[in-house]
Amino acid sequence: MMRDMKMRAQLKGGITEVKALISHPMETGRRKNDLDETIPAHFIQLLTATLNGKTVLEAQWGTGISKNPYLTFYLRDAKVGDTVRLTWHDNRGESGHGEIAVTQG
Amino acid sequence: MSKPVWNMQRRSFLQLMLGAGVTLLLTPLHVLAAIWNKAAFEATTAPEAVKGLEIPAETPSQEIDIVAPDFAENGAVVQVEVRSRIAGTEAIAILVDKNPTPLIANFMFSNGAEPAVVTRIKMAETSNVQVIVKAGDRYFSAVKQVEVSLSGC
Repeated sequence: MMRDMKMRAQLKGGITEVKALISHPMETGRRKNDLDETIPAHFIQLLTATLNGKTVLEAQWGTGISKNPYLTFYLRDAKVGDTVRLTWHDNRGESGHGEIAVTQG
Repeated sequence: MSKPVWNMQRRSFLQLMLGAGVTLLLTPLHVLAAIWNKAAFEATTAPEAVKGLEIPAETPSQEIDIVAPDFAENGAVVQVEVRSRIAGTEAIAILVDKNPTPLIANFMFSNGAEPAVVTRIKMAETSNVQVIVKAGDRYFSAVKQVEVSLSGC
């Protein structure tokens, strides 16, 4: 399934601020639907960010990250035009990615 | 046996990411599942989760900033900003002590990433948000209490 990701990477005062908003249900496996059936767990477990192909951030997540995860992180060595790429994998084997060029903030 | 699992996982994760490239998309689920720290993330108490991360002991530190609301109306979405001013910070783990599974996330930084993140988390009830920073072989912690009126779990 294709899932949306919104990204922005802005160079401000020597630091690049990367913001990402990922479309994902982040189901804990503890919620019930209207029929009182348990909704199976469905959540992102691994997330990796690269700058021009080099890993800068690796995250492991549990079910406690909010629905449609939001993330900001900061890079010291990025320049305008550099590529920031984000990839995630969830517990059902789905994955998604987003890519953005660094812009002047 | 004294080697921290955190590092081992980090290395295997890195190797996988660097070595696999495009083929990572085709990596079998069980391989990814092996990277994810199941013991820590499925632990139902904060001390068990900390044990799952193989953290021997952590020292309280004033050099960890946690920006979170004192009072959150909706526990489903609580924005938390964490920044470590500790030299050599490699990783930041976020826990909510009173959540059914307290470990929220573990962020590992490399290649010029600042040891700081902003994210949004779920909180089941009023609880301490606990942050544990890894710097080399040492671990540091800070807490911030967030009052929650509507459960988000």
